[in-house]
Amino acid sequence: MDERYQVSVSPHVRDSITTQKIMLAVIIALLPACVMGVLNFGLHALLILILTPVAAVASEYVYERLLHKKITISDLSACLTGLLLAMNMPPEIAWWIPVLGAVFAIIIIKQLYGGLGQNFMNPALGARCFLLIAFSGQMTTYASKGGFIPTVWDVAGTTDALSGATPLAYLKLGEHFDLKALFLGNVGGVIGETSALLLLIGGLFLVFIKVIEIRIPAVYLGSFAILTLITAAVRGYSDPFIFTLEELCAGGIVLGAWFMATDYVTSPINPKAQYIYALMLGILTWIFRLIGKSSEGVSYAIIFMNCLVPLIENYTKPLAFSIVKEKKAKGKEEQA
Amino acid sequence: MNLKKDTPIERIWNGIYTENPVFCLILGMCPTLATTTSALNGVGMGLSTMIILTLAELIISLLRKIIPDRMRMPAYIVVIASFVTMVDFLMEGFTPGLYKSLGIYIPLIVVNCIIMGRAEAYAGKMKPVSAFFDGIGMGLGFTVALFLLGSVREIIGAGTWFGMKVTPASYVPVNIFVLAPGAFLVLGWLVAIMNRLKIGAGRRPGVDPTQGNMCGDCMNCMKLGLCGGKEECTENVVASVNAPKPAVAAVAGSNASPAGGTVNKEEVKGV
Repeated sequence: MDERYQVSVSPHVRDSITTQKIMLAVIIALLPACVMGVLNFGLHALLILILTPVAAVASEYVYERLLHKKITISDLSACLTGLLLAMNMPPEIAWWIPVLGAVFAIIIIKQLYGGLGQNFMNPALGARCFLLIAFSGQMTTYASKGGFIPTVWDVAGTTDALSGATPLAYLKLGEHFDLKALFLGNVGGVIGETSALLLLIGGLFLVFIKVIEIRIPAVYLGSFAILTLITAAVRGYSDPFIFTLEELCAGGIVLGAWFMATDYVTSPINPKAQYIYALMLGILTWIFRLIGKSSEGVSYAIIFMNCLVPLIENYTKPLAFSIVKEKKAKGKEEQA
Repeated sequence: MNLKKDTPIERIWNGIYTENPVFCLILGMCPTLATTTSALNGVGMGLSTMIILTLAELIISLLRKIIPDRMRMPAYIVVIASFVTMVDFLMEGFTPGLYKSLGIYIPLIVVNCIIMGRAEAYAGKMKPVSAFFDGIGMGLGFTVALFLLGSVREIIGAGTWFGMKVTPASYVPVNIFVLAPGAFLVLGWLVAIMNRLKIGAGRRPGVDPTQGNMCGDCMNCMKLGLCGGKEECTENVVASVNAPKPAVAAVAGSNASPAGGTVNKEEVKGV
């Protein structure tokens, strides 16, 4: 028989892309924002950014070793989880808090549910929310000794961290913040979220090399922007457009929309479900930020929607063509 | 441990270890998760449940021949509710602090799954002495479980144990453990440890459970895999699964040795 004739089970169409390459692409896309975090907040931020991925990879290795499973640290997913978690840490956090978070993310959220592809929520965000509830004091102290570039800390443009409040705290009161600083990233906040510009470049790079679809971030940011614009106009804030842009650039929404809501494991597969998922993310973030008491709610919105993904997918299952035709045919028969 | 069935010591060991209501039967999760914010609350809840459970099982067992089968549920509830009312008033009078922190969970003992479950599965069929010690055993098992859960949560989450500071001054309390998510996390860990103790290292890869005395059909077994695949799949168990009607299975069970027979009868009726 011809050698080219092979019998095999699906999938038949294969590609050279691997999990490792995808994860590497996402890590590369995140690096500019990490560099900005170090410039903005100093060397302690660099320590956190290195220590957390190391802890994540180490805990994955130890767990898989102890359970005699296949060691999967070379697929870089644990490294990415650690990096995302580190980017969600305040700049002067004690080093053991993110390390504890990395262990929690990898072992409790990812490995106990079966490892990569089985976790029901984004491990980095789950760990961030765990730490936020467990160590709420340390996790919301944003004051920093400062890095290599002057950081704008409040509406008046002060460059000394006195209050340690993030820009969102000012926006919560309806005040305006320095939009240029928000866009470039020399403002207070967690290590990796400050620079909207560099995160946007990273996100567009991922879209360009087709690692992520633009659907989820576009609908998420779009729906949030429209709702914020309406709210700002109704509440009579000055310059609702500028206010909306400031809300979009401040806090973790850029990082969340491009890098966390688009996580393959915890976001829906089919386009219709992705639209619903992203739209609800926008609505939830708007509720948390502008209606609720807190000033930030991106991480809670994303893990909440992560839990709803199976439900959304269940209701948006694409129908096979034949089933639609049968229904139509039946209808015609009845009419006849 | 091989103990003679339905003796006082066997019942107490059964309640604490073999069929611990929290760690093995996963019953009574509502008070388990909600009241164990500290070791003291856990022990208080466990002891009050134990008193009610023991007395209710005793009375129900004494009345088991008078209560008509169709009306057994309302009758059980009346018995349980009477004891709950007594304990409720006594706690309000003598331990007002604990009464306040347990709140609604004291009246809710009326509908506690452990008490209803034991009344239905054990006390309604067995002699008063066995039922009394079953109540003590199950109550102790519940108390031990709540004490462990409350202790772990209080030590990690607040750095204290029964209100005393037990951690070094530099320890930062992880206060998520005294909140709701901590209850689920700690319960999961304790159940995992308990399974490790009971089942051991688990099935070795490559060992076929269908070989030897194992039928491998733990999902359909009367023991529901509680034995962890360690006990032999005796004919009794398999027969009662395959039997078309429970009554036939009960007869089949009674033909076996007296010790094993009673258990089978009870389990079949419970289903």
